[in-house]
Amino acid sequence: MATDIRKTANAALTARWAKPLVFVLALVPLAWTFWLAYSGELGAEPVLESVKASGLWALRFLLIALALTPLRMMTGVAALARFRRMLGLFAFFYALVHLSTYVGLDQFFDWAAIWKDIVKRPYITVGMGAFVILALLAATSTDGMVKRLGGKRWRALHKGVFVAGVAGCLHFIMLVKGWQTSPLIYAALCIGLLAFRRWPMRLGGKSRRADRPDAVRTRPAASRESA
Amino acid sequence: EAPTTIKPADQKFDPTTPKKSATTYNNFYEFGTGKSDPSENADTLQTRPWEVAIGGEVARPMTIGIEDLLKFPMEERIYRLRCVEGWSMVIPWIGFPLAELLKRAEPTGNAKYVAFQTLNDPKQMPGLRSWVLGWPYVEGLRMDEAMQPLAILAVGMYGEEMPKQNGAPIRLVVPWKYGFKSIKSIVKITLVDRQPPTAWNKSQPSEYGFYSNVNPEVDHPRWSQATERRVGEFSRRKTLPFNGYGEEVASLYAGMDLKTYF
Repeated sequence: MATDIRKTANAALTARWAKPLVFVLALVPLAWTFWLAYSGELGAEPVLESVKASGLWALRFLLIALALTPLRMMTGVAALARFRRMLGLFAFFYALVHLSTYVGLDQFFDWAAIWKDIVKRPYITVGMGAFVILALLAATSTDGMVKRLGGKRWRALHKGVFVAGVAGCLHFIMLVKGWQTSPLIYAALCIGLLAFRRWPMRLGGKSRRADRPDAVRTRPAASRESA
Repeated sequence: EAPTTIKPADQKFDPTTPKKSATTYNNFYEFGTGKSDPSENADTLQTRPWEVAIGGEVARPMTIGIEDLLKFPMEERIYRLRCVEGWSMVIPWIGFPLAELLKRAEPTGNAKYVAFQTLNDPKQMPGLRSWVLGWPYVEGLRMDEAMQPLAILAVGMYGEEMPKQNGAPIRLVVPWKYGFKSIKSIVKITLVDRQPPTAWNKSQPSEYGFYSNVNPEVDHPRWSQATERRVGEFSRRKTLPFNGYGEEVASLYAGMDLKTYF
């Protein structure tokens, strides 16, 4: 029974339409925000709302991308691994939208004020740090770059995604007034995903080894896997 | 209840903020931390009957009902409101000077500060379940600040009764201080001989001082206070010292280092 579900999930996720569908779905938050802005439904502070929304979606995509490996290991649905690069790149994309709206719409290209923000305000420093890491990972996300860097170095570099995740959560906690609940929930999820790498848990009491060959077989470039 | 008199004041600055913005973009954590939470959740607030207890260092302690508070001679005051978060609005309030109410209670010589308290009823205020702040929300002013004629108790805005999300039925408006000083839905006013605790100061003392006068020179530890965005406008504008009310209130702080007493 469980094997059937796993097979169906694997088949669906490896279908020709699976990647285009996920791609389009990942653009929905952007389109939705545009639509709300266009129809005047973004509230009294549309600029701030779009900065907030894009930042939140950057964090969400980062956490989703980080959750794929634990999900794959827990469920044995190996095809989940196919979406890590795309969703990671969407995290970068939304972070880029987030940064551009802050620079262009919130600060109105006041570079002096922005530079002051970066060096003076820890939450902006931390956020910028996360963005720089994501940009580096996005730039080295191609198959060509994996080859050029070599699997080992590439893997080491892409462990940086955890630093970006923690920095993103910290950025969120630090920018709100008081100890609000939702930034803490994101941070807890991020810590959970980190902890999983250390102490993996799986469903159905299967050993780690049993999952491995299955997972390895579906990967086109094994070196892209470990982060 | 319409005000008995409306006296437009302080119109030399900017157009008023659209009423829809001022009533849907609010910080009132008793109803949630999201900006639209208060307008969505505050309908549970019961504003009638409503009483404000005035006590402490006064000759005539009293409990005064909202019906009697509405009998004070009302004025319309158009004030800038600067939030500590970096946005601002221009709001036409309806109310009366706080001093008028305090005088009625006859403060004694020991009354050096005024402490305010918001309603604290989890049945009416779902946000009280959150631990974002210590409840009840409390605020305070120095006596001379409280007696300054610009400080008003507001019972309405935009020519109408105060919306619940904006602090009905009666709230403080202190236009030269950051918005969180203007405590909402007041149930208790106590005159005291020493500086009273205030909600945001208790929560993060390094970030929110007792005075919290609008000051572009003193940054919030986590963001600049040099500029603000007027809600509804696109670009930022410079923040004014004392939110532009320096002429009236700067003398209250003569000789004080405003970086220390932020």
